[in-house]
Amino acid sequence: MTRVTGPLITVAGVADVAYGEVVEITVPSGERRAGRVLESREDTAVVQVFGGTEAVDTLRTSVRFTGETMKIGVTEALLGRILSGTGEPIDGGPLIIPDAMREISGSPINPSARDFPRDSIETGISAIDGMNTLVRGQKLPIFSGSGLPHARLAAQIARQARVRGQAESFSVVFAAMGITYEEADFFIRNFRETGALEQAVVFVNHADDPVIERLITPQMALTVAEYLAFDLGYHVLVILTDMTNYCEALREVAAAREEVPGRRGYPGYMYTDLAAIYERAGRIKGREGSITQIPILTMPNDDITHPVPDLTGYITEGQIVFSRDLHRKGIYPPIDLLPSLSRLMQGGIGEGRTREDHAAVKDQLYAAYARGRRLRSLVAVVGEESLGDIDLLYLTFADRFEAEFLQQQENERRTFEETLDTAWQLLSMLPESELVRIEPALIEKYYPGEADG
Amino acid sequence: MTITGEVVRIAGAVVSAKNLAGARMYDVVRVGDKQLVGEIVVLEGDVATIQVYEETEGIAPGEPVTTTGMPLSAELGPGLLGTTYDGIQRPLEILLAEGGDFIVRGVHAPGLRRECGWDFTPAVRPGDRVVGGDTLGAVVETEVHEHRVMVPPTLQGTIAEIAPEGRYTVDDVVATLKGDGRTQTVRMRQYWPVRQPRPVLRRLEAADPLISGQRVIDTFFPLVKGGTAALPGPFGAGKTVVQHQLAKYVNADIIVYVGCGERGNEMADVLRQFPALVDPTTGKSLMDRTVLIGNTSNMPVAAREASVYTGITIAEYYRDMGYDVALMADSTSRWAEAMREISGRLEEMPGEQGYPAYLASRLADFYERAGRMAVLGSSGRTGSVTVIGSVSPPGGDFSEPVTQNTLRVVRVLWALDADLAHERHFPSINWLTSYSAYAGAVQGWWTAHAAPRWEEYRTEMMGVLQAESELLETVQLVGEDVLPEEDRLVLVQARLIRDGFLIQSAFHPVDTYCPAEKQYLMLDLLARFYRHGQRAVAAGVSAAAVGGLAVKSRIERMPFVPDERFAGEHAVIAQEMDEAFAGLTAGKAAYGVTPRG
Ligand SMILES: Nc1ncnc2c1ncn2[C@@H]1O[C@H](COP(=O)(O)OP(=O)(O)OP(=O)(O)O)[C@@H](O)[C@H]1O
Ligand SMILES: [Mg+2]
Repeated sequence: MTRVTGPLITVAGVADVAYGEVVEITVPSGERRAGRVLESREDTAVVQVFGGTEAVDTLRTSVRFTGETMKIGVTEALLGRILSGTGEPIDGGPLIIPDAMREISGSPINPSARDFPRDSIETGISAIDGMNTLVRGQKLPIFSGSGLPHARLAAQIARQARVRGQAESFSVVFAAMGITYEEADFFIRNFRETGALEQAVVFVNHADDPVIERLITPQMALTVAEYLAFDLGYHVLVILTDMTNYCEALREVAAAREEVPGRRGYPGYMYTDLAAIYERAGRIKGREGSITQIPILTMPNDDITHPVPDLTGYITEGQIVFSRDLHRKGIYPPIDLLPSLSRLMQGGIGEGRTREDHAAVKDQLYAAYARGRRLRSLVAVVGEESLGDIDLLYLTFADRFEAEFLQQQENERRTFEETLDTAWQLLSMLPESELVRIEPALIEKYYPGEADG
Repeated sequence: MTITGEVVRIAGAVVSAKNLAGARMYDVVRVGDKQLVGEIVVLEGDVATIQVYEETEGIAPGEPVTTTGMPLSAELGPGLLGTTYDGIQRPLEILLAEGGDFIVRGVHAPGLRRECGWDFTPAVRPGDRVVGGDTLGAVVETEVHEHRVMVPPTLQGTIAEIAPEGRYTVDDVVATLKGDGRTQTVRMRQYWPVRQPRPVLRRLEAADPLISGQRVIDTFFPLVKGGTAALPGPFGAGKTVVQHQLAKYVNADIIVYVGCGERGNEMADVLRQFPALVDPTTGKSLMDRTVLIGNTSNMPVAAREASVYTGITIAEYYRDMGYDVALMADSTSRWAEAMREISGRLEEMPGEQGYPAYLASRLADFYERAGRMAVLGSSGRTGSVTVIGSVSPPGGDFSEPVTQNTLRVVRVLWALDADLAHERHFPSINWLTSYSAYAGAVQGWWTAHAAPRWEEYRTEMMGVLQAESELLETVQLVGEDVLPEEDRLVLVQARLIRDGFLIQSAFHPVDTYCPAEKQYLMLDLLARFYRHGQRAVAAGVSAAAVGGLAVKSRIERMPFVPDERFAGEHAVIAQEMDEAFAGLTAGKAAYGVTPRG
């Protein structure tokens, strides 16, 4: 041991240490910690210590190289268990006997092996199902802010998510990184009350647990998820929260290595690092199961251009963006639909999947709501008097859309039909001639006739 | 000759090895017991620094490193079309067959299938003199493409032997050349170092439009065969959808699509859709004209860096046969980031935002490989490579180095806009900030193709859009009330151009592709509406009344009218419009029934 900087130690006098090898560090008190080799030279190795470097010294701390890369034991018996951020059981349950050991860093799915995800999930939430449909095998993050109800929404999705015509529900792999006891308990209690816990594997790294440990939590969780999905055929919903905490840990390591920092101090390779996590969602041809990911992150200062949401958005297949304004207005879920997006929606909706009018209705709702929102900000400056009749209709449309379509109860579960029927009720506020995004035949079939005001 | 050294350091994708005296810069090497593929990027004494194209986890100092004596090269020949590769040209199907659903390391697979036979028809006879680029013979590579087997650029001489008509594999010798005092054999496969442009005779002017069927592109910001375009935009703005639309519909002969550091599901989407889709020009499967390179974001970063070079080398190879090739790179930012990541591991001096100082020159060199060219050989053939690069600026801020350095070299900018995307105005190409330096060059083509007033219409409509943006600033402050009627008409007209022309759904079965003829007819109706409107307003009709005409919804629905019915629809709308305006202005003075022209 020659040097300690932040979460890293440099070890000299070693031979043939493999890159990525697992290291066991014993501090003077006898406590053992795990580490991983970040750089290997002929006689020195730089090691990242997951338990943190507190109490590590350069005299009496001993380091053992295990010759193994980092692995986790996987088994179906993990369902129903609660583990620490490094995969140790913390629920007082029985010892876990693994069926197989898997490298946690995983391997990229060959793009040719991927099956394009098309089975739409009915979450029962109109803002998602109607406007940004989630499909099985997608990665769709929630961009939230501190104090916003992302945990409630994620729990609601986990509770309600179904694929039509299929009885089985999702198994959940939940990975918490640096979240409060309160929030972790919220999820665990929620899973327990709904019986979901028996079908869940929970990893928890609390806010006061070692920061560096967070770096392996999502990898562990996803390795378990891959086993459940692609070996055992489960449909797995992976919830990762909070990715901002994960990225901060990444930044800490980069700073300790004195790397050239990228934007706002985050390392330049953060895109690649996050991609290695998020791309572990999907479906594989000829295999039964699937991995759907809902990463949650809080946007520092509600800033969507901050590197964490920015790089996430560049990797994931859309995003659900929360709005503090809507939350203040008391609207749940406070989803700002304009910046929200589901990129896999297109293949998951339409005749035989949801309903034939879905795509057109969504386009029309977006056009109308966007126009209403634009008028709302105009009216704030120049007043309603300057608006024409049609514009006034759009203004009311936006309000009613938020109150009747977006807003719903935390335990309310709407079918695709209910969501689309509500949409048509709202669209009927507008004269038929305004509905230019919808083909006349569909208007004929679904338009209930122009409503009064 | 191979040289074997020993690993001394591993840091991510970068490995150093000693005892490699005699190895050459850019040589491909095999690293470690797993025989990972790497490339020498720095040489210092007998120590080589190597960028490794596969995951390096588990490699330890002391493991062997062996040189291959070859620079990183593309394998070129029949069998490229329809194949999907990773960044260093390993067929993903073969990695799948040999390694399973997850990519394993150390699998070596040649770019071209060895066992596959191709029907070769010779085009030369013994005694003929040939130079690099000359066609020795042809094979039918796909239903639509004759693959010309060419003399490699560096060879010339007299044909000593030429294979008779028959079936051969890429390993078989098809010709022997005598020249420069040597005898050289030519096979159907040849190699070219990817980082080096393939030579041409000379660069030609490019003026043939690359028609994409995307209205805002073809009509307002056109690209040409052999041109360059940048497509920057924040996440979710629609870069990939535009690139996919181009790959599906542009009237090029060959498409090379490079998915560089992007999503696995996007490649899966292409692989799912393309085989079933039909090339609008030839009527055959799109996959028959396409080479895919997919090095997704979770695949090794060094191979991502190589992927654009592999792609452009393949593009140049088909150009040399005399084809028009279009290359899409999605996203060049991920390529630049791969350069940055490797440069960081090499501990090079960082430039702006941590990118290496050579970022600008690498980008310029890459786009320079585009162009319409007189290709090598004595046939007088021309070919072209068009390059369209997506750019993914952090935070959507175009002032960052990759966007800026790209804009210095490309001739077309399609600037994607978050606000438009949020309103679901797709393609979200901002008409105020985008530009094309080829608009003048393609005018001749449009005029000659049943679009006599193309230039006039497009200038006029663009003028309306520009006027709108200025007017909207006023409206934001004081409302629309204060505007004179003719300005309010501009707002009505601009709305109509946006909703009835600029917005184009990639997912609508009809709207996804809009032929040039239909684009022009749509433009014609928009111009007609505006002229009517101007007259009506001048005659005392309010802009609101013009905006309230029923025929407006019919115009806004134009995009969805099937192509074959559109000429008829055009006539109907024109007539309805004439009547509607006549009705509006009945009793008002000074209004003619048909507009000027
Ligand atoms: N022409 C279009 N027609 C209809 N929808 C579109 C169009 N262009 C984009 N979209 C919508 O926008 C979504 C995002 O587009 P896309 O994936 O191309 O964005 P991107 O700019 O490539 O983002 P990223 O940088 O994150 O890869 C698409 O999934 C689709 O829903
Ligand atoms: Mg994209």
